[in-house]
Amino acid sequence: MYRYDEIDKQFLADRTAEFRGQVERRLINEITEEQFKPIRLMNGLYLQLHAYMLRIAIPYGSLRSRQLRMLAEIARTHDKGYGHFTTRTNMQFHWIKLREAPDIIDKLATVDMHSIQTSGNCIRNTTADPHAGATAEELDDPRVWCEAVRQWSSVHPEFSFLPRKFKIAIVASLKDRAAVRIHDIGLYMRRGRNGDLGFEVAVGGGLGRTPYVAPTIRQFIPAARLFSYLEAILRVYNRYGRRDNSFKARIKILVASLGVEEFARQVEAEWEKIGEGSDLPDTELARIRGAFTPLPFETLPASSSAFEEARLADPAFARFVRNNVHPHKQPGYAIVDVSLKAIGETPGDCSAEQMDLIADLAERYSLDDVRVTHEQNLVLPHVRLDDVPTVHAALAAAGLATPNVNLISDIIACPGLDYCALANARAIPIAQHIAERFADQDRAELIGELKIKISGCINACGHHHVGHIGILGVDKKGEEFYQLTLGGSGAEDAEVGKILGPALPENRVTDAIEQLVEVYLRERQDGERFLDTYRRTGMAPFKEAVYADVH
Amino acid sequence: MPTYIKLKDGVAAWAEDAFTTVADEEKLPRGDVIISLERFKTEGDHLLVEGRSLGVRLEAGEAVEDLVYDLPRLSVIALVFPKFKDGRNYSSARLLRDRYGFKGEIRAVGEVLREQAGHMVRCGVDAFEPYDGSTPEQWQAAAHRYRHVYQRDSDARVPAFVERAQ
Repeated sequence: MYRYDEIDKQFLADRTAEFRGQVERRLINEITEEQFKPIRLMNGLYLQLHAYMLRIAIPYGSLRSRQLRMLAEIARTHDKGYGHFTTRTNMQFHWIKLREAPDIIDKLATVDMHSIQTSGNCIRNTTADPHAGATAEELDDPRVWCEAVRQWSSVHPEFSFLPRKFKIAIVASLKDRAAVRIHDIGLYMRRGRNGDLGFEVAVGGGLGRTPYVAPTIRQFIPAARLFSYLEAILRVYNRYGRRDNSFKARIKILVASLGVEEFARQVEAEWEKIGEGSDLPDTELARIRGAFTPLPFETLPASSSAFEEARLADPAFARFVRNNVHPHKQPGYAIVDVSLKAIGETPGDCSAEQMDLIADLAERYSLDDVRVTHEQNLVLPHVRLDDVPTVHAALAAAGLATPNVNLISDIIACPGLDYCALANARAIPIAQHIAERFADQDRAELIGELKIKISGCINACGHHHVGHIGILGVDKKGEEFYQLTLGGSGAEDAEVGKILGPALPENRVTDAIEQLVEVYLRERQDGERFLDTYRRTGMAPFKEAVYADVH
Repeated sequence: MPTYIKLKDGVAAWAEDAFTTVADEEKLPRGDVIISLERFKTEGDHLLVEGRSLGVRLEAGEAVEDLVYDLPRLSVIALVFPKFKDGRNYSSARLLRDRYGFKGEIRAVGEVLREQAGHMVRCGVDAFEPYDGSTPEQWQAAAHRYRHVYQRDSDARVPAFVERAQ
């Protein structure tokens, strides 16, 4: 994994010193809250309903044990003993005191972490495939490119005051585990005709009140030319993106209003003028690449008797393996998903004790590597098959072995009205009710892959547009209502969901989900997921079931 | 004469402003002036013939490309930052320096705060009318907050990837 060198450490030290000075100026009222706002936002510090919220960057969702332990320490000392993993694979603490913020930032710096550019109209944390470096499916390790983007985008002189926030995601396998097409820039690693590495470039995806799946503007850009091409995209956006209305300021609106072809033409024209002077030298890319490889894998047989015996002996372990364990590129290893969606708990929340435990497991059993997924779960990417039963037992003892990854109770939910000043409705309790209704694990497995995503307002932090079932909280005369959408996907078959019908009152939502599931189970054909059945049958049977009593 | 902050050999210091900034509806005073792009298009030639030094004020959203052929005749480009968060003219500064080789003064005007000093200097801005009452000392400190930078830009700073290769 990438480790900070002296340059990275000094850069971060300079930033933390600056922030401490700024907070001190605010605390003695030398600057007003209004003047302080853009400054704190550049450092991930939000003022929410009850307290300050601090959002900490987890670049491409990759953590070492000591970093996760530091998050646990901050949760214990400066928050209420837990933290919240977000869909940007960051961590949020919701109960922060302003005067403690500089101390937290200093503590983070000791483990090469920070909160830079986790808010504000700048280039945010770049996300990646959480199975990067572990899956056999990938062409290259996307984290190499994410790290290069992280450095390039840090305090960028030209692109730090963009029309709106800007998010980049990179995957290198056909399976899209990073929701690439709902990003401002989505990069898919590809091989060119000569076998050389490069990227397919998609621009202008995003959710919010006008959701778009990003169209591809260029089929292949050689990897060595990536940074000049990014500069061209960002410059066109910085100059011509709308700034008169923040709801129309994302790059997706520029791409849609110019049209994909014209937008692509402008980017190409700008790129040709930039030339190679803005590309990163191969030596630097090689240096970063060196930090991610090689991992000290052991030479092991492809199968493990300890693993197989546990699977036969323990149905709970077998279920965990079916849902949370994935093949690894290295024989004798597995990728283990750790669900943060225990039934009845808040999606994405993790207690300090749980963080410490996962850090210990990562250190002992996963080559000191933990990943955060955009679906608000964690991953131990490099576990020996021999060790999976031990890891499972330890996770189970801490309430972390819920075998529900990709199942109906593996729900994305934003913090909603329980925390967020923007929300219209609560999201967390809705997720909890649905998970409780489908707590029967046999039934959940029978239903299979079903992605429910819940947002408490139209800003869509819970990605409801790309849920197989999406749930959007709306305010109707002071009451919380929920609008359902069907057929969305954030994966390689990305699509924006369609509205099922009129919004439902809170007490109807879980029943409606159950009705939708029943229609699916009745209608489905061989091997179809919920999404496949919906795509085949269309909306009608689902709508009929949910609104039958209205007619 | 009003003062503003000017970089001299990379060091921020007070400087006396020899230029008068003139709004479109105002009558032109004598001497060197900074005028809008619109006014420059109609009156620029005439004013240059009079022997004046000229500056053009470029609003956020106006294209530097419109000025390319006039750049050698201009002494100052004043880039307007109408709001702290409006970053369009960072791109203008970069293009003026890197793509079009403008050697004159690039001055930041508008809501120009210390927090932007580093970004502006790196994009090639070398004169500032601070909105927050910053002194040259404060400006200098803010502009050089970071010992290292990650990007190659319009200033002479050595990016991290070059430092590492040395």
